[in-house]
Amino acid sequence: MKHRTFFWFILPTLSAMVLFIALPIVSVFIQSLFIQHEQVIVVSESCGPFGCTPTTSVDTEATERLREEKPLGRFNGLATYGNRSHLAFAEVGEAWRSSDSLGGFVDAVMDLPFYKALIFTLSYTFVVTPLVIVLGLAIAVGVNKLPSLIKGPSIFVSLLPFLVTPLVGSLILFWMVDGDGIIGASLQLLFNDPSLSVKASTPLMWIMLMVYGVWHTLPFSFITFYAGLQTVPKDILEAAQIDGASKWQSMMLVVVPHLMPLVSFVTLMLLMDNFRVFEPIVSFNAQAHATSLSWFIYNDLREAGNPLYASAGATSMLTILGVVILLTPVLIRTWRDFNRKAH
Amino acid sequence: MFLKKVAIAGAFAGLMGTAAYAADCGPAGKSVRILGSDFPAIQAVSGTAEANCAANAAEFSVTLRDNTRDIMNQALTPNPAEYTSVIVANSTLTQLMNDGLVRPLNDLVEKYGANLNPNQLITIDGNVMAVAFMANSQHLYARSDILAEAGVEGIPSTVDEIVAAAEAIRAAGIMEHPLVMNMNVGWNVGEVFNLFYFAHGGELFKAGSAEPNVNNEIGVAALNSIKSLVEYAHPDHLSQASNETQGLWEAGQAALGIMWGSRGGAILDDEGATEEVTSNTVLAAAPTAGGGSIPAATLWWDGVTIAANIPDEDAEATFAAVVSALNADMVAEHNDDAIWLIEGFQPGPAAAGVAATAAGGAKPYPMIPYVNLMHNALGSELVDFYKGDESAEDALADVEAAYTTAAKEAGFLN
Repeated sequence: MKHRTFFWFILPTLSAMVLFIALPIVSVFIQSLFIQHEQVIVVSESCGPFGCTPTTSVDTEATERLREEKPLGRFNGLATYGNRSHLAFAEVGEAWRSSDSLGGFVDAVMDLPFYKALIFTLSYTFVVTPLVIVLGLAIAVGVNKLPSLIKGPSIFVSLLPFLVTPLVGSLILFWMVDGDGIIGASLQLLFNDPSLSVKASTPLMWIMLMVYGVWHTLPFSFITFYAGLQTVPKDILEAAQIDGASKWQSMMLVVVPHLMPLVSFVTLMLLMDNFRVFEPIVSFNAQAHATSLSWFIYNDLREAGNPLYASAGATSMLTILGVVILLTPVLIRTWRDFNRKAH
Repeated sequence: MFLKKVAIAGAFAGLMGTAAYAADCGPAGKSVRILGSDFPAIQAVSGTAEANCAANAAEFSVTLRDNTRDIMNQALTPNPAEYTSVIVANSTLTQLMNDGLVRPLNDLVEKYGANLNPNQLITIDGNVMAVAFMANSQHLYARSDILAEAGVEGIPSTVDEIVAAAEAIRAAGIMEHPLVMNMNVGWNVGEVFNLFYFAHGGELFKAGSAEPNVNNEIGVAALNSIKSLVEYAHPDHLSQASNETQGLWEAGQAALGIMWGSRGGAILDDEGATEEVTSNTVLAAAPTAGGGSIPAATLWWDGVTIAANIPDEDAEATFAAVVSALNADMVAEHNDDAIWLIEGFQPGPAAAGVAATAAGGAKPYPMIPYVNLMHNALGSELVDFYKGDESAEDALADVEAAYTTAAKEAGFLN
């Protein structure tokens, strides 16, 4: 294709990408560099049904004047990225100096909100992603071998978890593991411990979130691999059979290599999705035991009353950075494969 | 005490006779658009306002929904604002005032507020910023039959007595976890700390400044009071808020509870619980802690504000319409829907707990511009202490650090 033709061909997509992906990211980045103006506080008295109390309030006129002069706020540079809610350089340094053992240092760092969330986010990503790929492939192979009469219905059933809205799906599971729910009550019976509570234990909560993650995203990898299986060349499989390969061998040596490009694709998608884990934490009410980077953004924007845009922006940028770091190995691999094929 | 005053004033207003009362709806042909949370008391107020004044207005809309506070600042920022009035509470009023989105009501109160009690007016620095119509607070719920069965005499009135009663119930083998508390991670965890911190005599901020003031002996004492209670709470308490605790109570799975007064009506009615539960539920004052006399509760009000960014005549019509609903007739019709601050309210059994708590001198929830930031920091950083992963001192130090970080970003601290 001529460069000129290619340019006109790609222009609509490119401009949409710039408009809806690149510019918002730039805007979020700029926002993360500024913090709010100094609020002009006046000491006053507030009175109501329960008497009068001394209080303070914001002098909105004075604050508004400051805001009009510099609508973006006070320039704070990258300081928001380094504060306690994010990378917490000062606190990590302090922990390093004051703790006498490595364990103590790790404990101190894990007490910082960002690192606590990062640990859960990474554990979730690295447990759920491989499980979903392996189980998805296994189900796809299984369904592919079924007689055609029940193949359709089983595909439909296997897709169901994906069709349920994440918020609703996790709420259903949340009620099931309640002490009065079917799973919660069965566990109590099984371990003969009436005060056993999934919601009160950090390890059990993590397991539940990960089980939910696998359950919910499995259909995506299943359907992708199932589609891929339809393209496996029959003659090579037959040739392998004639050469005496067992079913397991032809699976590992013929089918899986054939599906490798799809595996890379599914890995990419899952890494991105899982790193942004959010809905299950909210619907499981799991913030006491597990938080994620996305949950922080939500918390900064919603729970703090007047939103903290700089903090939310900085967390967003760090999330994007995290996704880029996670994806780099997979992307490099894909790039190499592409080059090898091209030559 | 204030309820008594209200009741007397109500009786007086009744004698004066309000039968011939015709609503004064202010200027005709204006737009009235009310936003509020969706619960019975606000339904009653907004519904009555609409019935009184919808005919007088060119446009009259009422939007009641959950999590109003998440949208209200955005909704009132444009000019003209999306809504002419938002029904707020202590904490959400400061959220609007921080951005200067509500107007002082002094003139309007003078013109239309003849029916209002002076204690309904929320004044900050001399300006009336809201008109309150109902009160709420946390207090103690107790099951008299279970307490009697466990050999506990009377209704516990201090934290130590609650702990002793809970232990007696556990020892008698009646319930392993007799206590329910709203300890859901986040807002509720922060609020429970406020209750006991105020009961121990603490102040969240250093006087007149935005400097945090929770990492001290009072804070540790408050956390220890809470910890001694949580020992007897349902194991899932960190994921339980009002709906869950009310459910446990109505299912008869709890004997002692620290819950919102506004749930009293729903718990005592004949829906959702057996006769055994409802007839033995006693609503009492919130407990005192650490030998003090202040009940562990925060007093709340819900009230009406008028948006700043709207034409003055819309503001006038809106205020007149809402205030037309805040009278004895509306209260007579909806007496048990809330603990009304309006003339004519007859406190029933569902109001007993809040009345006793207010009379005991509980503190109002602070109306301070940066209190939401502190509340959020408390809600997220104290969880490690309740889970047993961290000491009280460390958790409180984390709270101050998290608050300071947020307050610097919001411009309250340097």
